[in-house]
Amino acid sequence: MKLFVSDGNPHCLKVLAVAELTGVKCDICHASDDERLVPFLSHPVRPVLLLPCGQHLFKANPICLYFLEVSGRDVCDLTSQWLEWEAAELQEEATVVDIVLWAALYPLLSNSSFLPGEWFEQVNALPVCQTVAQRVQQQKSLESLKRFLQKQPLPPARCRNEDAEREMTDEEIQAAGATWSRGLADRPTPAERRHPIQAILQYLRCSGAVLTADVQLSYGRLRGWNALFVCGTDEYGTATENKAREEGLSPQEICDKYHAVHASIYKWFQIDFDHFGRTTTEKQTEIAQDIFWRLYDRGFLIPDTVDQLHCENCQRFLADRFVEGICPNCRYPEARGDQCDKCGRLINAVELKDPQCKVCKRTPVVRSSAHLFLDLPKLESQLEQWLEQSMSTGNWTSNARHITRSWLRDGLKPRCITRDLRWGTPVPHPDFSGKVFYVWFDAPIGYLSITASYTDEWEKWWKNPEKVELYNFMAKDNVPFHSVVFPCSLLGAQDNYTLVSNLIATEYLNYEDTKFSKSRGVGVFGDMAKDTDIPSDVWRFYLLYLRPEGQDSAFSWADMALKNNSELLNNLGNFINRAGMFASKFFEGRVPQMELQQEDKRLLAQVGFELRQYIQLLDRVRIRDALKCILNISRHGNQYIQVNEPWKKIKGGDEDRLRAGTVTGVSVNVACLLSAMLRPYMPAVSATIREQLCAPANCADAMFQGAGSFVCTLPAGHRIGTISPLFQKLEAEQIESLKRRFGGQQVTATVPASPSATIETSANPERAKQLLQEVAEQGDRVRALKAQKAEKTLITAEVAKLLQLKKQLAAAEGKNPEPSPQKGKKK
Amino acid sequence: MQKTLSESKRCSPITVKSLPVRSNHGPAALQSPSNRAEQRSCPQWRRANMALMELASLEKSLGFKKANKYSTQGNNKTPILQSNKGAPLIGLVTIASHLVQEAAQPELLGRTAEQRAVVRQWLEYRVTQLDGCPKEDIRSILKELNQYLEDKVYLAGSDFTLADILLYYGVHHIMADLSVQEKEQHMNLSRWFDHIQHYPGIRQHLPLVVVLRNRLYTGGHH
Repeated sequence: MKLFVSDGNPHCLKVLAVAELTGVKCDICHASDDERLVPFLSHPVRPVLLLPCGQHLFKANPICLYFLEVSGRDVCDLTSQWLEWEAAELQEEATVVDIVLWAALYPLLSNSSFLPGEWFEQVNALPVCQTVAQRVQQQKSLESLKRFLQKQPLPPARCRNEDAEREMTDEEIQAAGATWSRGLADRPTPAERRHPIQAILQYLRCSGAVLTADVQLSYGRLRGWNALFVCGTDEYGTATENKAREEGLSPQEICDKYHAVHASIYKWFQIDFDHFGRTTTEKQTEIAQDIFWRLYDRGFLIPDTVDQLHCENCQRFLADRFVEGICPNCRYPEARGDQCDKCGRLINAVELKDPQCKVCKRTPVVRSSAHLFLDLPKLESQLEQWLEQSMSTGNWTSNARHITRSWLRDGLKPRCITRDLRWGTPVPHPDFSGKVFYVWFDAPIGYLSITASYTDEWEKWWKNPEKVELYNFMAKDNVPFHSVVFPCSLLGAQDNYTLVSNLIATEYLNYEDTKFSKSRGVGVFGDMAKDTDIPSDVWRFYLLYLRPEGQDSAFSWADMALKNNSELLNNLGNFINRAGMFASKFFEGRVPQMELQQEDKRLLAQVGFELRQYIQLLDRVRIRDALKCILNISRHGNQYIQVNEPWKKIKGGDEDRLRAGTVTGVSVNVACLLSAMLRPYMPAVSATIREQLCAPANCADAMFQGAGSFVCTLPAGHRIGTISPLFQKLEAEQIESLKRRFGGQQVTATVPASPSATIETSANPERAKQLLQEVAEQGDRVRALKAQKAEKTLITAEVAKLLQLKKQLAAAEGKNPEPSPQKGKKK
Repeated sequence: MQKTLSESKRCSPITVKSLPVRSNHGPAALQSPSNRAEQRSCPQWRRANMALMELASLEKSLGFKKANKYSTQGNNKTPILQSNKGAPLIGLVTIASHLVQEAAQPELLGRTAEQRAVVRQWLEYRVTQLDGCPKEDIRSILKELNQYLEDKVYLAGSDFTLADILLYYGVHHIMADLSVQEKEQHMNLSRWFDHIQHYPGIRQHLPLVVVLRNRLYTGGHH
């Protein structure tokens, strides 16, 4: 009989305890949480008992009862009743894990003065429980439990039914009233205020991640973090060289040009970098070469000769993006020399099937060249040890965990870190002169060098793992470089570097059902967002609202208009505007006297609940979900105004007038809270609201402390400013014209990415449509001919025609007229 | 050489729909119309009603002459049996197991310790996983059951037990809403379900769900 348990899982605790108690002998195996042991269950569960008959028991309580029975004891009705209660009632509350954990383990672990009564002490004192608790914790104390908790689905916000309002209990309502009345003046100062130092860094190629990082950073600052936000353009690599050749500029010129373009786009998007740097700096060379030598001296770099593709025509080696071909793993026809966009696996350029030079389209030949490899297998155990620790204490999105694990499972192989190129950080070793570092070795070092360009004290951030918590934001395709390759470089360099503790990866954002890809020039035009006349705050809102957290999501113009009109205009904007207007119209621009009734307190409780949710979610970097809390608050607020009708009551007697005053005063305060909560998402709107309400500068601090509390920040008598509408309606015609203007097909508007993203060509959607049809027809013709095994010359002629059509189509769509089978295939 | 057309056809862009994402949070919509799916997350009053009707049916199946009286408690409307000897019994599984004991049919709880454990496990599965299951998780439950039943006649192997009865009651409203095609996709589950609903004396208050025995959709099963 085998019992599978995992570290830090409270359900394993009970099973082990009962096994110990009953003396039933079984082999206890520690298995990782992700291994699926029960073949028919869709999720891995623990504990699992493999019965002698080969059946699996996958529920803790039946396993306990089984042990009980095997040891010759009876299961009475009462036992089964308690266990049913535990499983059905206690566990059904989504927060069960917290409850079980807290109740069962917290006192045990912390040895604190918390005494839950005699019963607990007695049970706890049993030697059985002591041994078993040790086994589950594995000497790692509370940390080991955190990891288990983090994997649980997020309870309340998730499970809340959209239609059913959460009922506030009387206690909650009373407590909310009490909190509120504390106001700003006499709020208790928490005994201990934490100041985590955070470095939020972001790698430019990952579109959208910048915006996310900005939100997290802004939130962090609201919470009083000492944070540093650096970002930059990664300027080396074959992508840049390609682009430079396309535009007829030198690589340096192209970098200067696009660095400026990006900087202006981010400025427009109100991204609040501490420093927006670049990788083509002396600091970069200095730090990268230092890391290189440290790795070299410690024997983590191994020389080897590599077979490489060499284009005889262009007289050079075709590294990475200079070559395209068919992916050997998934047969995706446009895989690049270093990675396949489709399956995400890394590729050795020589493994590509049917390779062709990106410049001249000829087939390259294989030649050998000497290179240096980072010895990942040698660093693997160190890496695993670090990952274990980082993942168990930090926020890693599940896709980041998953991708990293699958890398480790496949086994690490040495990775080549040098390239036969000219544009890059030079390799300082004399035996490898004339070569440069591979962009994925070099680029993450940019985080360090960009910090160094910003402050001379960069080592306080980067060589300070005890005090600094590092956040990385990216799309999922960049995960392995940040979770495996780069950490290995830093671990191998043995210089006490700060490694990432929070790795937040998003899924892909699609454009109206089409995948966009930066390097293929499909979509992504950050600077176009600027030309749409839609304010950057609205863009930020919509992109964050869509943020592909759990799965891929898609951008659509119509949806953007809908969200703007329904959520921003009719919900959020409407509430804040009404609250302010009542105060200025009915109460001479002052916050009126308030006397809280039960109903007002209920609203306070609801708002307080959403605020706590918001903080919990953002602590776990669930940015999109937290945004919904804001919208929920204004929804509650609108309802509250609607029900209480202050515009009618103001005309009534004294009591009615007081009521109207209370409702207005509470609403204005809710609006003030909203301005603080909106800060990370829509900085300009947030500032406007604060200005209109003349809100005190410190109003956010008070409410964002600890778990969050909604207090009265605008007391009676506070004078507010001029109220004006915050949002504008997006009309159908406007959206239609935007759709037309951006070709309606493969233009995505989001934060920009690598230099190749921005291409200005005049698009012609009408012609494109017609051509699309022709391309399809011509394609059919070619296929038919091939199927009939027609004469070769005939086929070649038809294929040439097809290519010509495709070229025209690409031009008409406003894209780079470079043949690519992708184009014209998807409508 | 240019890639041929047939190859480029495979590289259709990834769309949300084509990715079978199954996460704890992600909606995994059933293929059936949404109004059906909505009915599945049954309201609490209905669940309570269901549990009481189930217990009444179970009593009849077990051959009880006189029906017991039940009440409910708590948000989840957990059933309570006030017996004349001793403390009341709370919870569907506890009460059902108790009834089986009273009716002197302990084999319905399993014949061996192992079998009893398996029966208990599926009973717990019924009240924890199946009851009140959010509609986006129903698909995975159906899949699990279907896979589990692949090589079994009954839930506890080759013997009919209480687990079959209560799980049959529990999935009935789901099965009733499945399309013919969906039932065919979950062939093992449908076979087991059809078998149980025809088991003498079990169906009681529930309407018969039509399960076709011949397959209509070729290649639909995987």
